[in-house]
Amino acid sequence: MVLELYMDLLSAPCRAVYIFARKNGIPFEFQFVDLLKGHHHSKEYIEINPLRKLPSLRDGKFVLSESVAILLYLARKYKVPDHWYPQDLQACARVDEYLAWQHTTLRKSCLRALWHKVMLPSFLSEPVAPETLTATLAELERNLKLLQDKFLQDKAFLAGPHISVADLVAVTELMHPVSAGCQVFEGRPKLAAWRQRVEAAVGQDLFQEAHEFILQIKDISPADSSTKRALMPGVRAMLQ
Amino acid sequence: MGLELYLDLLSQPCRTVYIFAKKNRIPFELCTVDLLKGGVTQPSQQCPCFSTAILIYLSQKYQTEDHWYPAELQARARVHEYLGWHADFIQGTFGVMLWTKVLAPLIGTQVPEEKVRRNRTALEEALDKLNARFLGNKPFLTGQQVTLADIMVLEEMMQPIALGLDLYEGRQQLASWHRRVETFLGAELCEEAHGPIMTILEQMACKTIPIPPPEAHPPMLKRLARIP
Repeated sequence: MVLELYMDLLSAPCRAVYIFARKNGIPFEFQFVDLLKGHHHSKEYIEINPLRKLPSLRDGKFVLSESVAILLYLARKYKVPDHWYPQDLQACARVDEYLAWQHTTLRKSCLRALWHKVMLPSFLSEPVAPETLTATLAELERNLKLLQDKFLQDKAFLAGPHISVADLVAVTELMHPVSAGCQVFEGRPKLAAWRQRVEAAVGQDLFQEAHEFILQIKDISPADSSTKRALMPGVRAMLQ
Repeated sequence: MGLELYLDLLSQPCRTVYIFAKKNRIPFELCTVDLLKGGVTQPSQQCPCFSTAILIYLSQKYQTEDHWYPAELQARARVHEYLGWHADFIQGTFGVMLWTKVLAPLIGTQVPEEKVRRNRTALEEALDKLNARFLGNKPFLTGQQVTLADIMVLEEMMQPIALGLDLYEGRQQLASWHRRVETFLGAELCEEAHGPIMTILEQMACKTIPIPPPEAHPPMLKRLARIP
């Protein structure tokens, strides 16, 4: 029975898992769970993941949530090339360090930037106070600086000379504010060069494919009122 | 050169690392940092979330018993799955009370009532999920034995407990789990690690608590502003 990955490429963690599985030739069935239609709240999906989050993995009877857990599970099970999550103790610790940091910092900022700048006003017709957007973008700036100065520094990739899951997680997050029209790589040559390297390592075609939907996000049509009602509570909790 | 750990036992992640190292008899030099006096740890240890990376590193380097961070694929995945949820819902949330009741007053300010209420709601919801969804009928968070996840959670729980909150009313599974983890660690180690945080309110009342110097105020105020 083939592995199932429950995903929506709107979600950055889903994009990281998608790219990782595809790049490593891991056979899987893409189970599309349409976030913007609220399918993560469906009875069927709640049975897979009662916390209603994406991505989820189902491998036979084993069901797993949380993108980092899924990435590391896939890396180990399918014995992917070592650089993705190195055996070397210190190299691995650098990846773990980034993965631990990003959860409550860059990931939150990127999510808020997308939702405060585009999704709330344009998709959910929910105005966002200018101070809120300003604060979100300031926090994003702060986290981008930390990403560049503390994690990347002068290395080729976040945890060392080779691409790892840390880079995949980071770059997919950054495509959220990029798609929302934020200046992420402009004026940050080190980060811009790193992004080029990550795209080249992953493969341009795969990278573009994974980001096709999010890159068009500014053109999204407004949701109807029942969709809005269904999604708002979850969105508010997510942006807390 | 041996292992140096820069820790302040008032901090949950620091206690987790301390307990793990001591329980596993990992030799280290304790470099006490007094966060209240504006002490700053090594940059890589400044952020609390790095404790996960430190714990994993120590478990692998010192080859601690398998149960802490199981080698088996699915068992290890469960630890990471829990830690992912932990980062979103426990980290940051359980530490707010120390700011509300101790740290903010110490620098002459306070956390807005609305934020205090919001934090309390988040705390209660997280406890319910922890009790029902993660722990359920299992002895420990991800299975039959103690893992890194259990000590990370124990130390987060100690923060509001030390500040007088009854976390386990109506949450029998969690109460039993807490006792189980403390029994596993041993009373002596728990007393040692929990001493400073458990006496924090007493220190406030007796005014024996160190007052953060002016230079410590700006980063503390920034941290306060980030409370949702």
